[in-house]
Amino acid sequence: MAHEATHDHHDHHHAPQGFFQRWVMSTNHKDIGTLYLIFSLTMFFVGGSFAMVIRAELFKPGLQLVQPAFFNEMTTMHALVMIFGAIMPAFVGLGNWMIPLMIGAPDMALPRMNNLSFWILPFAFTLLLSTLFLPGGGPAGGWTMYPPLSLQSDSLAYVVFAIHLMGISSIMGAINIIATILNMRAPGMDLLKMPVFVWSWLITAFLLIAVMPVLAGAVTMLLTDKYFGTSFFNPHGGGDPVLYQHVFWFFGHPEVYIMILPAFGIISEIVPTFARKPIFGYKAMVYAIASIAFLSFIVWAHHMFAVGLPLGADIFFMYATMLIAVPTGVKVFNWVATMWGGSMTFETPMLFAIAFIILFTIGGFSGLMLALVPADFQYHDTYFVVAHFHYVLVTGAAFAIMAATYYWLPKWTGHMYSEFWGKVHFWCSVVFVNVLFFPQHFLGLAGMPRRIPDYNVAFANFNMISSIGGFLFGASQLIFLGVIVHCVFFSKKKAADRVWESAKGLEWTVPSPAPHHTFEVPPVVHDEELAHGHVND
Amino acid sequence: MSQQHDTYYVPSKSQWPIVAAVVMFLTVFGAAHWLNAEPGESGFGKTVITVGAIGIIGMFFGWFHSVIKESLAGMYNPQVDTSFRMGMMWFIFSEVMFFGAFFGALFYIRNFSIPWLGGAGHGVLTHRFLYDNYSASWGAEGGNGPMHVGGAFSTVVPWGLPLLNTLILLTSSVTVTIAHHALRAGHRGKILVFLGLTVLLGATFLYCQAHEYMEAYKELNLTLHSGVYGSTFFMLTGFHGLHVTLGTIMLAVIWFRVLKGHFNKDHHFGFEAVAWYWHFVDVVWLCLFLFVYIL
Ligand code: HEM
Ligand SMILES: [Cu+2]
Repeated sequence: MAHEATHDHHDHHHAPQGFFQRWVMSTNHKDIGTLYLIFSLTMFFVGGSFAMVIRAELFKPGLQLVQPAFFNEMTTMHALVMIFGAIMPAFVGLGNWMIPLMIGAPDMALPRMNNLSFWILPFAFTLLLSTLFLPGGGPAGGWTMYPPLSLQSDSLAYVVFAIHLMGISSIMGAINIIATILNMRAPGMDLLKMPVFVWSWLITAFLLIAVMPVLAGAVTMLLTDKYFGTSFFNPHGGGDPVLYQHVFWFFGHPEVYIMILPAFGIISEIVPTFARKPIFGYKAMVYAIASIAFLSFIVWAHHMFAVGLPLGADIFFMYATMLIAVPTGVKVFNWVATMWGGSMTFETPMLFAIAFIILFTIGGFSGLMLALVPADFQYHDTYFVVAHFHYVLVTGAAFAIMAATYYWLPKWTGHMYSEFWGKVHFWCSVVFVNVLFFPQHFLGLAGMPRRIPDYNVAFANFNMISSIGGFLFGASQLIFLGVIVHCVFFSKKKAADRVWESAKGLEWTVPSPAPHHTFEVPPVVHDEELAHGHVND
Repeated sequence: MSQQHDTYYVPSKSQWPIVAAVVMFLTVFGAAHWLNAEPGESGFGKTVITVGAIGIIGMFFGWFHSVIKESLAGMYNPQVDTSFRMGMMWFIFSEVMFFGAFFGALFYIRNFSIPWLGGAGHGVLTHRFLYDNYSASWGAEGGNGPMHVGGAFSTVVPWGLPLLNTLILLTSSVTVTIAHHALRAGHRGKILVFLGLTVLLGATFLYCQAHEYMEAYKELNLTLHSGVYGSTFFMLTGFHGLHVTLGTIMLAVIWFRVLKGHFNKDHHFGFEAVAWYWHFVDVVWLCLFLFVYIL
């Protein structure tokens, strides 16, 4: 289609005709963002259904519903789908939609590559999910794919290639975001006036480009060890399975920050809006994100304390890990200080944001406990770890994504969502998520191992509570789906351009719904339109 | 860097991204199928890989064809040019990290896993009970681990072909730079000569590398199966070789584009991108020469 390179100047405001043209051949950041978000929501329910299987099996001690091998496939797939299919694409979708709007760019810097980044994903997940139907079943060695266990499954090749594809997609997406932010800002949008969300994505994109190739390397070594006779992870030939863990976690720890930094950005947009105050300590927020990103490269071995590292390594990684609590604390205090003395209202996005701040902090605290080497010897590979990362990932990353959805949905669709049902969704989620995950702390402290389908009867009560919470939390997400579908297709209530009373930033200066093309001529940015236009020291 | 522009440029719709996604999928799906096939029944996987791979080549042709056409039509303003440059720079950074993973594995194996298997640190028991007093060393003596996986082998002498290859790549870096200067000065003949030389040097490198591999397999018994020594040696040099192959193809494409007069002294992103890539491949080789061959 090179010949229609002259682009349609006449229909700035409506989408081009033709379903295939519009959605499959798109070069429009909003359409591609929408695709990402729909994909992510779909994967959220796919991964969620795996979680329901896990919780159903763990409802009672003993084996009742599924075979252990299938249970292990479920834990593995649940994690892979949620991490690479739900959380990461959701952030990319939000970035796609909002970054150009926030910095006054007409689109992403490399729009066709943007489309490719998206379209790789459905194929990658087809490949990954198809393994469940293979004769030998899907991957069952955990999402971390430690050898030698992971090498036993025939599905390994499929999983490795699926991860390669996801990696290519993420790297291209990240390159695009960096180029957009560094090259496409409207005049007047200085780096230190950018919304914190944009900053958080800039740094996240850097992390992605730095570590996704390392993951690709790690899984490539798995592939060659299994199929081509290399010995990277085989001590007979001079290798070491622990080497895999080092390479994997060199990716893995920055990866968890990839899943939280954009969430920090979102919360930093929402809290000032509903507190009706500029964010407290803008620059400190930006520097905190940058230092968290830096530190994330030198803490990876805190996932490996129990494998028998040299003492010096244990100690170094323990202190380095605890150091991360400092910039993280800066962020939490700044959000609180932003709310302090503000005239707050509690619409659904703000409710999710506040829940984020409280519950993410709980996850941060359990992280600190895990960072203590002697304590981690006890907690490692127990449900305490599961509780930790679900507090940071579900009540952290996923809640931030939900907050962002409610916050920007009126801008995307031009209609208000139902505030009542949004609040119902919020309260159900926030209550049941704690019923689901809080008891897992106790289970872990008492020694219940993770990734095992059966358990000692001593753990029965807390597991039953946790499962009930799980089912109800899962069901609550159907409300979320309902609210979104209603808002997109049925809501009659028109949204104003500046949807929220004191929301600041360029995205609120364009109409709701945001027209198909925005900012084709660079806007002139005035400081007072920006949330952070008047930052001094 | 947010300069003033009259309007932004947003490219038109394109079918190439979805084509790319499909052919990439076919390739890896075929490959996964093929890897798991029982001996003798690999037909299906191979067919799918072939279709996918041909598709990938076709896709690259088609996609670049349309981009080049748009570029020649003058549709890319300086801002687009900057985006392309950033894209290429960060892509190269991601490649650096990919090689980093394998170099990291090499360093870990040499500094930790091999010495530990030989009883350093706290690994004394493993070494006594599992492995009949393996004493740690690298290279031909201990590089294939305590069980001598892959059998006895000898290593490639760095001062023969590898040294020659180092000189070849270094020279090619110089020739590509001369070609770049010639491009800036607008001497088309000189560009063609020096760029052509670069392509030839790249091809020679690949020839030598293939020769070295053959010798390693046939005479030295150094194979991919030769324990971690073989693993790191072939994976590192192999991925590097793959990059040289790509780089050489890209240089050749650029040579034809110069011949067709696609570039001028202010407008030659394609040329520069490939030159950067070539320098990157060169630097990786220097690290390989040092850490894989010499040390
Ligand atoms: C204050 C900050 C944090 C600290 C000190 C911390 C510390 C830790 C430690 C020490 C472990 C290893 C536990 C073990 O396996 O024994 C761990 C596991 C984990 N953390 Fe964190 N963490 C922090 C924040 C986060 C954040 C923000 C995320 C993600 C958004 C996260 C996600 C995870 C995940 C997914 C795992 C488990 C990985 C696995 O084994 O499957 N953590 N954390
Ligand atoms: Cu970590």
